[in-house]
Amino acid sequence: MTETEVFMQQVIYGLSNGMIIALVALGYTMVYGIVELINFAHGDVFTLGGFLTLTIVGALGAAAIIDPANLGDSSHWLLLFALVIGAGIFCGGLNVAIDRVVYKPLRRAPKLTQLVAAIGVSFILVNLALFWGGAPMEVFGGGNAAAASKDFPELLEGRNLLGEDSNVVLRLEDVSIFIITIPLMIALTVFVKATRLGRGMRATAQNPVAAKLMGIDTDRVIAATFMIGGFLGGAASVMWSLYNNTISFQMGFRAGMDAFTAAVLGGIGSMPGAMVGGVLIGLIRAMSDQYIETRWTNVVVFGVLILILIFRPSGLLGLKQREKV
Amino acid sequence: MSATADSATLPAASLLTVRGIVAGYGSVEVLHQVSLDVREGEIVTLIGGNGAGKSTTLMCISCIVPLRAGEIHFAGERIAAADGGIRADRLVSRGLVQVPEGRRIFPRMTVLENLMMGAYTRNDKAAIAHDLERVYTLFDILKKRSAQLGGTLSGGEQQMLAIGRAILSRPRLLMMDEPSMGIAPLLVAKIFEAVRELNRGGLTILLVEQNARAALKLAHRGSVLETGRVILADDAKRLLDDPRVRESYLGE
Repeated sequence: MTETEVFMQQVIYGLSNGMIIALVALGYTMVYGIVELINFAHGDVFTLGGFLTLTIVGALGAAAIIDPANLGDSSHWLLLFALVIGAGIFCGGLNVAIDRVVYKPLRRAPKLTQLVAAIGVSFILVNLALFWGGAPMEVFGGGNAAAASKDFPELLEGRNLLGEDSNVVLRLEDVSIFIITIPLMIALTVFVKATRLGRGMRATAQNPVAAKLMGIDTDRVIAATFMIGGFLGGAASVMWSLYNNTISFQMGFRAGMDAFTAAVLGGIGSMPGAMVGGVLIGLIRAMSDQYIETRWTNVVVFGVLILILIFRPSGLLGLKQREKV
Repeated sequence: MSATADSATLPAASLLTVRGIVAGYGSVEVLHQVSLDVREGEIVTLIGGNGAGKSTTLMCISCIVPLRAGEIHFAGERIAAADGGIRADRLVSRGLVQVPEGRRIFPRMTVLENLMMGAYTRNDKAAIAHDLERVYTLFDILKKRSAQLGGTLSGGEQQMLAIGRAILSRPRLLMMDEPSMGIAPLLVAKIFEAVRELNRGGLTILLVEQNARAALKLAHRGSVLETGRVILADDAKRLLDDPRVRESYLGE
């Protein structure tokens, strides 16, 4: 492999992972933008999305799906899209329920109270995932070792799209990430810019009292934000599980930390910031894995976070200062 | 009791009635029994010093701050009481609209987007376009700046934007909280002129002001709020001559 090929390979890894991170980061940034809460449970909602996905795959008949002979026909793409939508709706609904039951009653409480509540919800969801991992299903290892990582089957053909002779590998899995994440991000951008509810979301984020005075039902807008943020997290969990071929009750912790870092890097509250931040974190991870050393990668990523917090606390695309009257 | 000055016109119905409202934040009670009423077609001003409870009164009327006692009626409907009331966002379509203190425009939306947020609850496209033209006629600077972000406007321009946004909500009663605060005198005159013009067009206005002289000159009637109580309520002209008002609020 030449130097250029090595670099290109890392770019592919970085972009693929980065798009997944960006999708999760959007959930952090949108919720923060509208209720000024770092939703620490977001990563664990993502985890449960992965567990739901594997459960569905298992229920549909693991053997038929894992069988390599069946890979490559279009029904696998349909299954993938269905999983993305299913996990999206599940995680969105879960996020709304969490807001309704835990965050909403605390909306006027001090920020620290809300933060501790979010961490509490996170613990509950982690244990729920642990419990779910003990489900007596073949795909979960038949009920043994609930905490163990579970294999996630290949849903797409594994051949190299750049040709079998190419040293740089681009698989359908990589491509599927772009096929799913890019339209989602475009749809989200158009939604927020052009629809009534989207305008209501922007108004509520910029000035909630003024939004109410304009006749915006801000409770509904907040619920919609949790729904959309959760949906993106759920969609990301399917991509993540497929890409890493595994799920575990801790998957949301790593992904969540990366995504949170990405949201802060891009400027928390800024949607373009979360997208850019996610891709950057993905690339930084890939380059660090290759050119520094894998075991230093977390140090590099969080080093970047600390530098950002010191020198540009508002993030790359963030606002210089929050406007408050 | 009063029916002297208005005898030429028909006695207008009360559009807004505030009866003995009590409200506050946490353990602090800000309003102790505030009452006032606004009749159709009037400009009523609520004057008073810092911390008298003027903004809180408006936030109670807008159903943002809950009542601890008393009642508020708008257009014959009870909108707020101690045991609950209408949700704030449902008041706009009833025609009760507020231009809040500090303007509260949306800084990262363009001027046009800000104005259209005022029409959030409306679907009547033609009438919205008509109202937008009206706002542009009233404040031509907003038309020039329509593509600019709200946060980049000067204080006076933001105030015009906030008023324009409220007009796009089609108010029956427009409440304005300190429209002159922190604004260059030339623009204050322009804004007060706009208020007068809106009223001539039939709009009922409740104006909260610290600039008591300008407000009383503009208004038909006024109330003086002091530490959460209405201490005076009368015709605006009589308040301008009242020795207590002259001493405390007109600096004489």
